[in-house]
Amino acid sequence: MPQDNPTAPMDDREPVFQARIDRDEKIEPKDWMPEKYRRTMIRQISQHAHSEVIGMQPEGNWITRAPSLRRKAVLLAKVQDEAGHGLYLYSAAETLGATREDMIADLQSGKAKYSSIFNYPTLTWADIGAIGWLVDGAAIMNQVMLCRTSYGPYARGMVRICKEESFHQRQGYEIMLTLSRGSDQQKAMAQDALNRYWWPSLMMFGPRDDDSPNTQQSMKWRIKRQTNDELRQRFVDQTVPQAEYLGLTVPDPDLHWNKEREHYDFGEIDWDEFWQVVKGNGPCNRQRIAHHVAAHEEGEWVREAALAYQARKASAEEAA
Amino acid sequence: MAASTHPIFEYALALGDDALVLGQRIAEWCSNGPYLEEDIALSNVALDYIGRARMLLSYAGEAEGQGRNEDQLAFTRDCRDFRNLLIYELPRGDFGFTMARQLAVDAFEVPFFEALTRSSDRTLAGIAGKALKESRYHLRHSSGWVIRLGAGTDESHRRMQDGLDQVWGYTPELFQMDAAEAALAESGVAVDRAELRQQWESTLDEVLKQATLGRPADDWQIDGGRRGVHTEHLGHLLSELQFMQRAYPGLEW
Ligand SMILES: [Fe+2]
Ligand SMILES: [Fe+2]
Repeated sequence: MPQDNPTAPMDDREPVFQARIDRDEKIEPKDWMPEKYRRTMIRQISQHAHSEVIGMQPEGNWITRAPSLRRKAVLLAKVQDEAGHGLYLYSAAETLGATREDMIADLQSGKAKYSSIFNYPTLTWADIGAIGWLVDGAAIMNQVMLCRTSYGPYARGMVRICKEESFHQRQGYEIMLTLSRGSDQQKAMAQDALNRYWWPSLMMFGPRDDDSPNTQQSMKWRIKRQTNDELRQRFVDQTVPQAEYLGLTVPDPDLHWNKEREHYDFGEIDWDEFWQVVKGNGPCNRQRIAHHVAAHEEGEWVREAALAYQARKASAEEAA
Repeated sequence: MAASTHPIFEYALALGDDALVLGQRIAEWCSNGPYLEEDIALSNVALDYIGRARMLLSYAGEAEGQGRNEDQLAFTRDCRDFRNLLIYELPRGDFGFTMARQLAVDAFEVPFFEALTRSSDRTLAGIAGKALKESRYHLRHSSGWVIRLGAGTDESHRRMQDGLDQVWGYTPELFQMDAAEAALAESGVAVDRAELRQQWESTLDEVLKQATLGRPADDWQIDGGRRGVHTEHLGHLLSELQFMQRAYPGLEW
């Protein structure tokens, strides 16, 4: 299977494919593509879809307890947006020949991953603010880049999704702003949320570049256009002044502005924790999957009924 | 206490509580639906109800004239002061129960809000206009599911019939008028609920026929919501709804 090794192209369609990529042409579902490109794309898009869907759990955890009716409505609408993103991304992956059933099965078996950030618990209302601000903020960094990714349906989906994500980020920041201008208890709640969500947010960009074997190929295929470390640096540079404006302290003693680099230097991520959570041993990994499985199994009879009804209607129409 | 309060306050509060507790219930479906598509659809319905609750409770607070806003009304009253009908507060149950309750409520709310658009109270008429559009959409959604589940598999038929049976005794309260509401209806502000019964029945009969479901017998009924005599479930719904405002009273969020 020579097409499995893109560094040694045997298929003469592959240079043509690469030339199209190099000219910044979009690859469309019906176009020929190396099998490995297809598989990488499916893996990445479905993983992204799963992240949107699993992310509904920690945020949904606060819908019934939101502190005001306005906040409740905004949070409901946000979680609904995330469900919409998931749906949209599953459809994008389907254009590559994946089926939703298989993707969900891979999620539930642990074969497919989702963003590790959602394996941390939302313990207080401030966590909803921190997620909007930091997690949607980090997601935007990634997704702005993906608006120019080489696979057409994914890139177009990202353009739409990015608009909503920046809305989410503003809403999250506004929650943090309200808390940080509030009572001592509220300020402490906001600081605690930042303390717990800061490092996991930095982990969202993935392993260090020298630890990320797929990066080079992804850059060559223009799936990614910036490396994990470049995006992480941009996120830190953008977010630290926002934390300062809130009057909150970023929980990193090594964080300081580097005049020569014109970037913030920051401390080392706890990579043991990172890999533990990726491997399934984070605080909520098991809970998230169990929840997804339980809801899916509880819905089985509904899905069966819908199929049976559809089949009966179709055969009645045929008979008529 | 009831005698000294404003009748519009009482009316808007009751309708606002209906919307609030059902919105809260439906929101519980988030991430628990049988399909992602259904999570989205049910979030939409929940959002509509929360939006209605906000308008109605704000208006109730204005009518009361004691400076209580939507949040104070939603988060600082106890169970006995809630005025919603019991059908709105019942736990979400399985998807069949949720759809049975929703069909009963939607089939009522469409003619109810249609009539309320003609209210002499312009604020209520305006809210009703928006709610009517939403409820028409909700009714299409719930009746579609009741038909699909009723005429789907043996299991879905059984579950759907069961949901309908469970909710049935709570439906007569939808049509009950107390003296205050009757007086408001007399003056052209409120809707005469009793008059909507026939239309409700014919909507339901039509859906149930397509769903091959039987209409449950009218041999039991439970009421008391408008008098603040609720099911045991409401207190738990409120403990979740009101948690933040109770734990951290009087703060802005
Ligand atoms: Fe999203
Ligand atoms: Fe988002």
